[in-house]
Amino acid sequence: MFAASSWKSISIRIGVLAALLIAWDLAGEAKVVNAVFLPAPRQVVLRLFDLVQTGTLYENLIVTVSEFVMGFGIAASAGMLVGIVIGRSRYATLVFEPFLAALFSIPIIIFLPLFLLYFGLGPASKVAFGAVYGFFPVALSTIGGVAQVDRNYIRVGISMGATESQMFRRIYLPGALPVIGNGLRVGCILCFLAILGAETIAGFSGLGTAIAKSSEAMNTTEMFAYIIFVVALAALLNASLSAVQKRLSPAGGS
Amino acid sequence: MMVSGDSRARSISIENVSHGFSSAKSGSVMTLDDVSLEIYECELLSLLGPSGCGKSTLLNIIGGLLRPTSGVVRIGTTEVKGPSPRKLSFVFQDNTLFPWNTISENILVALEFIGVPQAERQARAESALAAVGLQDFAGHYPRQLSGGMKQRASLARSLSLETDIILMDEPFAALDEQTRTFLGEELSVLLSKTKKTIVMVTHSLSEAVFLSDRIAVMTSRPAHIKSIVNIDQPHPRGAEFMSCREFADLRNELYSLLRVEIKRTVGSLSGAAAE
Repeated sequence: MFAASSWKSISIRIGVLAALLIAWDLAGEAKVVNAVFLPAPRQVVLRLFDLVQTGTLYENLIVTVSEFVMGFGIAASAGMLVGIVIGRSRYATLVFEPFLAALFSIPIIIFLPLFLLYFGLGPASKVAFGAVYGFFPVALSTIGGVAQVDRNYIRVGISMGATESQMFRRIYLPGALPVIGNGLRVGCILCFLAILGAETIAGFSGLGTAIAKSSEAMNTTEMFAYIIFVVALAALLNASLSAVQKRLSPAGGS
Repeated sequence: MMVSGDSRARSISIENVSHGFSSAKSGSVMTLDDVSLEIYECELLSLLGPSGCGKSTLLNIIGGLLRPTSGVVRIGTTEVKGPSPRKLSFVFQDNTLFPWNTISENILVALEFIGVPQAERQARAESALAAVGLQDFAGHYPRQLSGGMKQRASLARSLSLETDIILMDEPFAALDEQTRTFLGEELSVLLSKTKKTIVMVTHSLSEAVFLSDRIAVMTSRPAHIKSIVNIDQPHPRGAEFMSCREFADLRNELYSLLRVEIKRTVGSLSGAAAE
């Protein structure tokens, strides 16, 4: 199932992680680092189990995941729609693509207070913020993806009398999908990070808010428990996206 | 449509077609100048001429992918104003099979485009693949096939559409000589069975003589029809035709017609370089 080289690289990754954990534990045991700043891994894991058992982790997870699903859903649909409309026209691409790229280069984090002002401190502001963050990479990659669809395939569709809908479903979308896939992956990660960041700065609930509250209470054990969980969640998200992206790649190339 | 003085039925009429375009660099450029040509049912007519003379442009005009600047193209009695997927199909030079579909799916998608009912599509796809000997490769993706097999799959896609006319734009140009010769023989066999009207653009003199019933020799740009050469050899034609005296004579005749046009094309490039 896996080549020897895959097992080797997986083993190396596990080894590095294990080494880091052991070093972390030893540093705590030897009191090289203050336990307040860097609690022992065992304590962190126990606290994590505690949070799971009491349901606290689950409550915050549900909030963050709901915000993420809504935010990325909006980003992906709007991004792909705008990207396809613009990408179909060379003139529209020349006019709007640089404009979108310039907007994307603005650090959107500086607009977070506006989102909080318009949408409040609850989930709505996080959804909106995450959607805006995720929108740009999806839109830009969709524009690029549609524009790079081989003109020969388009010519084939036209010569066979394909309708606009057929051209989109059978030629533009599958032709652009590998490039769009990259944008979806980046947009997904950015959306997730934006939502976590917004929760950390101002929120009532969610994983980011829980991390911020733990930090304010100097409860570093709980804070690290949440952080490890979020890191694992991000890794799982990235691995899932990678697998989906591989499936979306065409089985052949021209 | 019958033509007076000619017993053959007319399939395509090209009447005084001209085509030009404007570019910022070269200004107004005429590619075709007053081209008139009749193409008859069940014949293979090749368009042969120097590089860049407008052969593919003329083919695209016949197929409705380009509009002429002036003049008219008719299929039967109907003026061509756009693609006519029920009447004619294309086989392009470049591999135009969709890489994200198997070759069977490529054919099914094409049948969907032209509006064939779903119940009929599978049978037509299987029949078309069998006609070109690719029935065992239906589930393969284009990247899993050789160049020759990909062009046969493109031909199968065209055959599945069951159009009376097939337009082929240098279909074998990207293939090696052995594969080209082999596919040429196969196409000749197919021609004798299917009775389609085929218009083919080619650079190859041998290919034109081997496959064509008539060859329209075009001048350099702005192109018009210089001469029509008839090939009186029935299909299917085997490799032995290529080694006979008549074949060589026809090739020589074509080359002597083309030579001055090629010199005009190459000569203008040399002149530009000298400047």
